[in-house]
Amino acid sequence: MSSLLKISDLHVSVGETPILRGVSLEIRQGEIHALMGPNGSGKSTLAYALVGHPKYEITGGSIEIDGSPLNELDPCERARLGLFLAFQYPVTIPGVKVSDFLRHAVSNIRNPNRKEGEGLIPMREFRKELKSLMEELGMDTDFARRYLNEGFSGGEKKRMEILQLAMLKPKFAILDETDSGLDSDAVRVVSEGLRKLSGPQMGVLIITHHERLLEYNVPQFTHVMLAGRIVETGDAALAHELHNHGYATVRERHPQEAAEEQSRHEAAVTAG
Amino acid sequence: MTAAMAQARPFDRSVLRNLMNARCEADWICQLREQAFELFESKRNEALDPEEYKRVDLRAFRPERFTWVPERTERIEFDTLMARRAEFAGNVVHVDGHCLEARLSEEYAAKGVLFGDLVTLLADHREILEPHLFSAVEPAADRFSAWHAAFWTGGTVLYVPRNVELTQPLHSLIALDRTGAADFSHTLVILEEGAKATLLEETTSAQADSPGMHVGAVELILKPGSQLRYVQLQNWNDKVWHIAHQSGRVDRDAFLQWTVGGLGSRLSHIHQHVHLDGRGAQAQVNGVTFATDRQVLSYYTQQTHHAPDTRSDLLYKDVLRDMARVIWRGMIKVDPAAQKTDGYQRNDSLMMSEEARADAIPGLEIEADDVRCTHGATAGRVDEEQLFYCMCRGLERREAMHMIVEGFFQIVYDRIPVEIVRETLSQAVEKKLGIGD
Repeated sequence: MSSLLKISDLHVSVGETPILRGVSLEIRQGEIHALMGPNGSGKSTLAYALVGHPKYEITGGSIEIDGSPLNELDPCERARLGLFLAFQYPVTIPGVKVSDFLRHAVSNIRNPNRKEGEGLIPMREFRKELKSLMEELGMDTDFARRYLNEGFSGGEKKRMEILQLAMLKPKFAILDETDSGLDSDAVRVVSEGLRKLSGPQMGVLIITHHERLLEYNVPQFTHVMLAGRIVETGDAALAHELHNHGYATVRERHPQEAAEEQSRHEAAVTAG
Repeated sequence: MTAAMAQARPFDRSVLRNLMNARCEADWICQLREQAFELFESKRNEALDPEEYKRVDLRAFRPERFTWVPERTERIEFDTLMARRAEFAGNVVHVDGHCLEARLSEEYAAKGVLFGDLVTLLADHREILEPHLFSAVEPAADRFSAWHAAFWTGGTVLYVPRNVELTQPLHSLIALDRTGAADFSHTLVILEEGAKATLLEETTSAQADSPGMHVGAVELILKPGSQLRYVQLQNWNDKVWHIAHQSGRVDRDAFLQWTVGGLGSRLSHIHQHVHLDGRGAQAQVNGVTFATDRQVLSYYTQQTHHAPDTRSDLLYKDVLRDMARVIWRGMIKVDPAAQKTDGYQRNDSLMMSEEARADAIPGLEIEADDVRCTHGATAGRVDEEQLFYCMCRGLERREAMHMIVEGFFQIVYDRIPVEIVRETLSQAVEKKLGIGD
């Protein structure tokens, strides 16, 4: 039976500022959803709130996987339940080797009851799996010995996120602008990588401005976010239209949200 | 015999006489002790240099609670970090200021290498050792150096003749056992021209909670073209007071790699000085410190460039938890003659708790005009975004914190070519973190 990630009437604030104001979305394993929208509409906020960033406070609504609520769980517990975020800006962790980091991560995700100090996945098995996935993603296997993201180019960091996705095999993956800041070759590599990984066992939410990622990973659903709400849902054609014509027509169709977007923007400018 | 007897005036002249009588040392040694004692008498009530000591709170340090241990023969088993990890070509063991074991491979002994206890070797090889004793550490430096010079109890000596290269490392263990024991061990390493050696030294406590005191000295003498790797891993229990003057003198084209690990002690203060004495001399100093509970670890590091074309490179990484405190004061000095000097010092502190406190004060005093000297210090808490990222990959907060801490130290480990040292430090850190074995 396929799992369901259900987001109901989600309200999220950062500090005193409400960002998401009633987002509802259902993603099943095996489905690909695209989430589009202008800058500041709340796409990244949704991504962070889903995985439990402490600065993104859920003030209303719920997130559930197969009926069990995630709202009160920390990011580690959510990850062990099968949620994964490919970061737009992955952090650097000096001195921590990619392979050590991933071996701990894989051990925890595959054995969700594992405590610190308990056994890790056997080294031989882990290395073999890591090596073959790196080769599949066209990565130099030397990266396994490097420190996590230290000195990595933008494209290398994004590929590292996809490698982690491949190793951790989550039920639900959120990709936050994984294609931004990359040249077209790198976008192709990442897109193809994702296509290989996604399948009936993975539900994917792709946050993007671009179309390229979606060409390789055609969404069944495209959602458009404006001023903290999902204002439209369509199919791949909607993504195509937004890419070609921008958000002007969306704003025309949703004057209330467009006005809110405008006043938010002005408030931000005044505050700045 | 109890070592914890109360004394009206600790370490007075009668104590010194007892020590000299018990040792039956040569006259020249007794004379040195007497001279140092005069210095100690004049300095013991003098204020310490505020530049060096103002952040080091010694009010709870009570010298009268510690005594020199006149006799010690029985062997005990220790938990050492390094002794069983590798094949050593020699090892020396000191307990409560007495040497209980000294061994050197026949192969090295046949090459003229001396390795053993300061008391014995000074008696047998005065002509070699006397010129170097207290040539790097100045007894008159302050109260503690004078105290040490008057009362030194022994210590490990390594002498390597010209062009002799020791490929296997040597091990030195300094232990405290009895309650209230005072250790004044003196490490003296002399590498003649072109010699090479690796000495791994550790300090440890046989009992988990017996108070002790170490007022020590380390002298590392590197003649032209020699190469020394010296490690001192301080791993006393948390009832020990550790105050030491440690100094290296690096001559022309010689290379000193000096690694310091600070894990134990209630309070430690180390004055660590590298002198670049000859043209082309190089020194690399690595520090790994991990302070927990209410520990205070203090380092006053100096890199003094006396000659041109010299290089010094110092990196300390400090991790603090609970209420611990780490103080680091660093200074690069460049003499007018030391042109084309390259000096570097850096200290990074990582705090695992809100109550921990780190003070890092780098400094430069440059009197030459064609040099490159850089320094830096950072201090901060474990980064929340790094923790969040790790947690998003299924690591619990605590495990994530530990991984980030180990990564923080890894940057120093990467500078240490001796595998056993890297392993020892990393496992000692894991143990203190409460993970691993």
